[in-house]
Amino acid sequence: MRQVIGLIVLLVVIAFLVSGMLLLIHPFGYPPSDMDDYIIENAQEETGSNNVVTSVVFDYRGFDTLGEATILFTAVTGVLLLLRTVKRKEENS
Amino acid sequence: MLSKIVRTVANQLILFILIFGLYVIVHGHLTPGGGFQGGAVIVSGVVMLLVAFNSQELKKSLRERTLSIMESSGALIFIGLAFAGIGIVFFYNFLVGTPIFGRIPVTGPNPGDIWTGGVIPLMNLAVGLKVVAGLSAVVLAMALFSSGEEIEE
Repeated sequence: MRQVIGLIVLLVVIAFLVSGMLLLIHPFGYPPSDMDDYIIENAQEETGSNNVVTSVVFDYRGFDTLGEATILFTAVTGVLLLLRTVKRKEENS
Repeated sequence: MLSKIVRTVANQLILFILIFGLYVIVHGHLTPGGGFQGGAVIVSGVVMLLVAFNSQELKKSLRERTLSIMESSGALIFIGLAFAGIGIVFFYNFLVGTPIFGRIPVTGPNPGDIWTGGVIPLMNLAVGLKVVAGLSAVVLAMALFSSGEEIEE
């Protein structure tokens, strides 16, 4: 009995959340921002790069890419620290 | 170590994978792609060699110390290029307008020129070096660990 009640409550909560998500979602690109228009119009002139995505990744949002590179560096350091088994010479002096 | 057919095909195919990865890295400011994507392409070629031959053969040519130096130098070049424009703002593109990578394309669709982009191609090269060295070191360390061998320093 408790399982049936729990299942019903779960279904009601899921229906509530999904309906709210479907009803309240913004249309695609609805709150219009000036940032994308600015980047599309001025990126080639300001950064000299034809690939606007790369100019955003490496120039306008370069700090984000720095964090990405730091994440990669930390991952490599962790893997090499854990899995590297270097044979060291025993110093018998 | 797999059969001779697989080894021969891997030997022929690695050249094309390296050329395609270098193309994606160097043309990162003109075509889709960039340092991370081209580096992943090259590392997939390294993984193909690691599967075709075994980790003992690959250990002779890929030294872990060299890979560490390559990755650290890539990170240092990236941060150095970011700090080089700090007179105006961090990550300022200070090479636009200068003779080195400084040509400015017209706004709109155009065929593109390799000498554009300012610091963006240099940063792509630095990030590509970093990704290639780092992921190769990770893959090699995992393969050597699972086979129970030691890394040569």
